Amino acid sequence: MKGELIFVALVVLFAASFFYTMSMHPDSEFGGADGEAEGVIAEINPSYEPWIGNLGFEPPSGEIESLLFALQAAIGAVVIGYFFGYYRGKGQSD
Amino acid sequence: MHISEGFLPGPWWWIWFAISIPVIFFGMYRMNKLISERRELLPLLAVAGAFIFVLSSLKLPSVTGSCSHPTGTGMAAILFGPAITAVLGTIVLLYQALFLAHGGFTTLGANVASMGIIGPVVAYVIYKAGMKANINFYVVVFLATAFADWATYVVTSIQLALAFPAEAGGAMASFQLFAGIFAMTQVPLAIMEGALTALVFKYIVQVKSDALVELKVITSETAEKLRGVVA
Repeated sequence: MKGELIFVALVVLFAASFFYTMSMHPDSEFGGADGEAEGVIAEINPSYEPWIGNLGFEPPSGEIESLLFALQAAIGAVVIGYFFGYYRGKGQSD
Repeated sequence: MHISEGFLPGPWWWIWFAISIPVIFFGMYRMNKLISERRELLPLLAVAGAFIFVLSSLKLPSVTGSCSHPTGTGMAAILFGPAITAVLGTIVLLYQALFLAHGGFTTLGANVASMGIIGPVVAYVIYKAGMKANINFYVVVFLATAFADWATYVVTSIQLALAFPAEAGGAMASFQLFAGIFAMTQVPLAIMEGALTALVFKYIVQVKSDALVELKVITSETAEKLRGVVA
């Protein structure tokens, strides 16, 4: 139980830090750090243009993008849950 | 940590490919060997890959007021070593470049180097050193995976700083700018990843400690001890 308790305490702390940041800096956008780095590139070298555009499929909206991210997480979670269950069940029947 | 398509000018994008590609091929060789010799470990390999899938899809808010995501690669690095982890990381980065317009194909080499290679190497080195120093297993897992996560973002900052040196102060000055975003944002996320990975390792010890011994992650004495604590 000790491990779980430490983890839950950290999750609570993490959530608290999020709400603290939100209340202290209400104008925070919580955008991606990747995008902010691109802003820094524009500051350092204003004339830089990406020399090649996006080559893969570009999600047409934020909704489609979150769908694909959710799919990514779901696929991973299914695999993890399946094999942990498999190992646990196998361990009990041995 | 994803550097977007076209955001690394030559020669940097192919320099990072030159570093990553040999490691990926070595990792594929190691992975093939592992799968053919120890087929029973395949599920654990799938779990390690799936862990990267889940964690790298979670964009979490941070104290800097921006969002970033953990990497999940530390767990695979501890279990299977950095080379195999590089292959798993490449699969995830390809998925995101192909379907999510996250990262890119020209920047894949650089992104694999940070998330798939250097981060995992940091995890592996800290893990081995920590276990040698006889520190508690879960504490070592926490430290190794948290620092691997954080190191990934430091490497991304270095990659961007090298490609975009500031006019005044050069690459060092731009490193401070990029690290100010990536390394700062990542601190709470890295702590969370370390704690989560330590917790997952507790469950692996519970259900499949013999696999950890077989992979030489822990000795059978350590496994006995850890299982004794659990039970």
